Amino acid sequence: MAKTRAIVITGNGTNCENEAAHACRLGGFDEVVIAHIAQILSGEIRLDDFQFLNLTGGFLDGDDLGSAKAQANRLKHAAVAGTGEKLVEQFTRFIGDGKLILGVCNGFQLMAKMGMLPGLDGAYLTQSVTLTHNDCGRFQDRWCWLKVDPASPSIYTRGLQALYLPVRHGEGKFLCDSPDTLERIQQEHLAVLAYSTPDCESPTMEFPLNPNGSQDGIAGICDPTGRLMGLMPHPEAFVHYTQHPRWTRETLPEEGDGLILFRNAAEYVRMNLC
Amino acid sequence: MANRVEVALKQSVRDARGRRVKREIEQFLHLPVAEVRTIDVYTVDALLSWEELDQAAAGPLCDPVIQERSIDRPIAADFDWIVEVGFRPGVTDNVGRTAREAIEYLTGRQFQQGEAVYTAVQYLITGTPSPLAGEAGTGQRQTVEGDGGLCRADLERIATGLLCNTLIQRFTILSTAEFAAQGGFPAVVPRVAENAGANGRSSVQEIDLEVSDEELIRISREGVLALTLEEMLIIQAHFRSDEVRAERAKVGLGSSPTDVELECLAQTWSEHCKHKIFSGTVQYEDEQGNSREIKSLFKSYIQQTTKDVRAKLGDRDFCLSVFKDNAGVIRFNDDWSLVFKVETHNSPSALDPYGGALTGIVGVNRDPFGTGMGARLIFNTDVFCFADPFYAKPLPSRLLHPRRIYEGVVEGVEHGGNKSGIPTVNGSLVFDDRFCGKPLVFCGTAGIMPSRINGAPSHDKSILPGDLIVMTGGRIGKDGIHGATFSSEELNENSPVTAVQIGDPITQKRMFDFLIRARDKGLYRFITDNGAGGLSSSIGEMCGEVGGCRMDLAKAPLKYPGLNPWEILISEAQERMSLAVPPEQIREFLTMAKSFGVEATVLGEFTDSGIFHMLYEERTVAWLPVSFMHEGLPPLQLPAKWTPPKQEEVKVEVKDNYTDVLKSLLGALNVCSKESVVRRYDHEVQGGSVVKPFTGVTNDGPSDAAVVRPLLDSFEGVVVAHGISPRYSDIDTYHMTANAIDEALRNYVAVGGSLELVAGLDNFCWCDPVLSEKTPDGAYKMAQLVRANEALYDVCLAYNLPLVSGKDSMKNDFYDGGIKISIPPTLLFSVIGKIEDARKAVTMDVKRPGDIVYLLGTTAAELGGSEYFALLGGVGNGVPLVDTTAAYSRYQAYHRALLAGVVASCHDLSDGGLAVAAAESAFAGGYGMTLDLARLLWKGDLAARNDATLLFSESASRLLVTVSPDKSDEFEAIMADTGCSAIGVVTLAAELTIAGVNGAVVVTSGLAELKEAWQATLREL
Repeated sequence: MAKTRAIVITGNGTNCENEAAHACRLGGFDEVVIAHIAQILSGEIRLDDFQFLNLTGGFLDGDDLGSAKAQANRLKHAAVAGTGEKLVEQFTRFIGDGKLILGVCNGFQLMAKMGMLPGLDGAYLTQSVTLTHNDCGRFQDRWCWLKVDPASPSIYTRGLQALYLPVRHGEGKFLCDSPDTLERIQQEHLAVLAYSTPDCESPTMEFPLNPNGSQDGIAGICDPTGRLMGLMPHPEAFVHYTQHPRWTRETLPEEGDGLILFRNAAEYVRMNLC
Repeated sequence: MANRVEVALKQSVRDARGRRVKREIEQFLHLPVAEVRTIDVYTVDALLSWEELDQAAAGPLCDPVIQERSIDRPIAADFDWIVEVGFRPGVTDNVGRTAREAIEYLTGRQFQQGEAVYTAVQYLITGTPSPLAGEAGTGQRQTVEGDGGLCRADLERIATGLLCNTLIQRFTILSTAEFAAQGGFPAVVPRVAENAGANGRSSVQEIDLEVSDEELIRISREGVLALTLEEMLIIQAHFRSDEVRAERAKVGLGSSPTDVELECLAQTWSEHCKHKIFSGTVQYEDEQGNSREIKSLFKSYIQQTTKDVRAKLGDRDFCLSVFKDNAGVIRFNDDWSLVFKVETHNSPSALDPYGGALTGIVGVNRDPFGTGMGARLIFNTDVFCFADPFYAKPLPSRLLHPRRIYEGVVEGVEHGGNKSGIPTVNGSLVFDDRFCGKPLVFCGTAGIMPSRINGAPSHDKSILPGDLIVMTGGRIGKDGIHGATFSSEELNENSPVTAVQIGDPITQKRMFDFLIRARDKGLYRFITDNGAGGLSSSIGEMCGEVGGCRMDLAKAPLKYPGLNPWEILISEAQERMSLAVPPEQIREFLTMAKSFGVEATVLGEFTDSGIFHMLYEERTVAWLPVSFMHEGLPPLQLPAKWTPPKQEEVKVEVKDNYTDVLKSLLGALNVCSKESVVRRYDHEVQGGSVVKPFTGVTNDGPSDAAVVRPLLDSFEGVVVAHGISPRYSDIDTYHMTANAIDEALRNYVAVGGSLELVAGLDNFCWCDPVLSEKTPDGAYKMAQLVRANEALYDVCLAYNLPLVSGKDSMKNDFYDGGIKISIPPTLLFSVIGKIEDARKAVTMDVKRPGDIVYLLGTTAAELGGSEYFALLGGVGNGVPLVDTTAAYSRYQAYHRALLAGVVASCHDLSDGGLAVAAAESAFAGGYGMTLDLARLLWKGDLAARNDATLLFSESASRLLVTVSPDKSDEFEAIMADTGCSAIGVVTLAAELTIAGVNGAVVVTSGLAELKEAWQATLREL
């Protein structure tokens, strides 16, 4: 059987590559590669050799033109050396091959701004949603309760009802270009995660439970295939109980909530892509 | 012609930036504003087709979901006033740089020389519909219809007081009518004007030193050289030497120094780089009139401490590299080494709080990165000392309001740390109004590196003659010229604007991404940081390693043309590392740099000639013997006389109930919650967070120290903590220092740090202690410094704390000829060490009702310099005395208890004493506490034992611990004979109740009220 292989792209301000790779390994991937964008643009590493792509947290280009904007532009226009191919073609082929992409925080912002999410009607390069400045006007590092939509097609959240994860962002407010887009996201159960009350029963707009003022409390969305997902909270930051803010006072399982997303991804790859 | 692209949020989208400005205008300028909206302006000064420009505006510059755009047509509408704020020429414009790169990707073409994108922000301000008086009592407000009740003077205040730092930014204010008449703002291109010689070429001047002493002083002062007359005379003598003149003639130089040489010496000999005060010869006289000579405080105390502690540790010594590199290196385990450094960036933060602090954090990042062969950065720490942000008295001109300094510094460090992907895990905010003269901005960074890289110890490095001088990272501009020398003087009205830099975390991040890979491939032999003094300092120091260098300044990449050679040499433009690359590796090094988008340039080569040899376009412009640069300066002679100050005694209030006092203390600036700041710092990136800054049932109790796992597949943890207590300096800097060290270690111990592997790091921030006309009390301030060093040695030796690195900043004064403001002498003491198993870490929140509350340590009448006395408006004299012997055995026993798993919670007692610590532990855990003051162990005269003292004394080395009743026997057995008493119990009822010595309740309050008092003060900042 072929190996399950995950890739984490880094460079130009990506910060969470090591813990994302760690989560992939714990999640069960046979092989995990941290690839600097320079290695991809030089043709040394090809996305085609992997089944799971991690676009992880950080401050791509310093958020200078708005979070992830410059990287979205780079990925769309940069060419891979020696191939005559634009990098974006590797991305569309990756999606077309039925593979998995998980965007966390800055990676979610990148997917939104490249147009990869929500990917309605197979449009993976047309932007229709965005993530912008938190209503409070400040960067926030705090832990949030997340309600999972059990009817979502996301392959990452299978079997999950709720999650408790940290957010760490200044631009996490989810907005759609039109009420129609939002309606379709909700109708098709693409809003995988919503900031919620501590019982994880209902989405909330109340700060700081909802740290940024996202529409309908949306914290993460997926495409209609469920294979592409983006979320502002950091699943890779909670894979062991010692990362939980109250581990010294609560009895917690060894593994953190976030690890399940990576386990599900590895499981999906093993069953469907190997 | 330049084009203006304007990008505005759609009307339906909340403008978070605008709302924040609106709130600040109302809160700090007390002006009525209905709305503030913002527009981003990109001035594109490049040859682009209209289609390309349109694509750029539509694509990378604009988010179509929420924004709209226009080109060369003003987008602003519906406002009373508009203010446009842009950068002055030459100031780092990070967003402009990213926009330029984005356009280059889009068009597939590089920008030409001189082409650029410049950014600005427009603030559209709408006043209140009815022109209510903005400021009561002025009566003179000239407002007219349509100005929203705001006059031009109000807008000037908004622009200069909030929106714009005129040192680095320019602004234009237009009314609606003016805006309409002009058709908006013209495109402004803040290109740097070329000011080189008349022929447009860079020039080198000779400076005639054969002049009078007065003239020498003038040359130093007007050139911001910060050289004393004595130092100028030493330079004069050097250039008079026949031998020197003969050698100079051979390379085509005259008998006068060039500006390159003089500037280079000024940097190398600056207090900032040379630490002349710490290496000077002190004549110290104590209070009994006994005199002695101290040759170098640094050698006699700081280095001696480490030497003696290491000898004491014997084969348990864990120091690997101390004092000789950019940061200290200690062992973490067999395979990994830890690197730690804390720096200050005070003077730049006083002038431009945002840029100064940002540069502070990204600057200190380069220290561990430039230590040994280079370390991966694992966390930041930061400590800020400010004046009261609500300060309401007049300030000398040139000083920014403490509130602006607070905002700017907090944001600068936020951007620097978060964008670099380094968690900020530990810090403090300390307040004293004397910090309005100069704020203190301490930034620390730790790193980790494999103990061996390519088969050799990673903490060692060397340079061989013939190795190439390579500079990587950012380009050189006029930013940061004279940073080293200007911070070696007091802040004054003429402090140079060029001393300010703005850091760029992303350029640095790219460089680090490249260099860490180059390190593992063995592509360089030596690495160091370009900080203060720029190349003159980094190459100068590298020269000291190998014996000489030959470098052509014309090869250095510049941000814009027109820099003179001396400017290239000393510019402190950010994000640069200097390396020694073996010639056989240079091809691979440069190729790899290019593929990572990092600029790397060969500037010359290292030699063993004994000469620091600078050229410009192959013509010699500086020729300085390395020995003269590094050893040419005789030690300063520094008088010091210690006269213990006598502060007015403060009477303890005798009251039936101290609940209100406790609430006031909880709300005091030095005690209150800093959560509004801390949440803005990413403290969890990299995934190793174990003890976070906030803990407890609702994640809002203040942790004593941080625990981090730098290796995700291991449970070995790094523990970091600090201590700082400037207020005690008003009584005795010996005890200020002792308390800072003790506080650092007890915070460290509280969470579980091991005493077997812990090192210290000292950061001295002093007011000028050199006796002079400007500083008539120099002998006293110098004596304060001596006493601090004595304590440093005594306490560190007792605590087995080797000092592995540190820094001093000795000129923290403001002086404008009339008013002088000196900071209180301040030592920040940081500790870094290890917890073998991070899963054993303990936090400060009480865990369960029924747990027994213990106080470790004895309490004495030590309220001198306390928060309680400050609340009463005084200082007093009874400063806390550290009993290191008792404390060390207590800490050892506590650590055994912690390893035995019998400790439920532990919180250190510091500002505000027992009452504050108990309140914090209780509300953090969500359970109440009943305590009995009669059960505290008392030390000293019983006559001084009273409720207020027991509640608020800041006696050192005390910890408040809770233990489950079924483990209390074991705990007490372990703690036997170390000064431990059970003083109460954790209760289900959410109340803090403290009984006084006579049994009557002296404090009683619901936890919610206490927490509110603690959280309210800085919540909105």
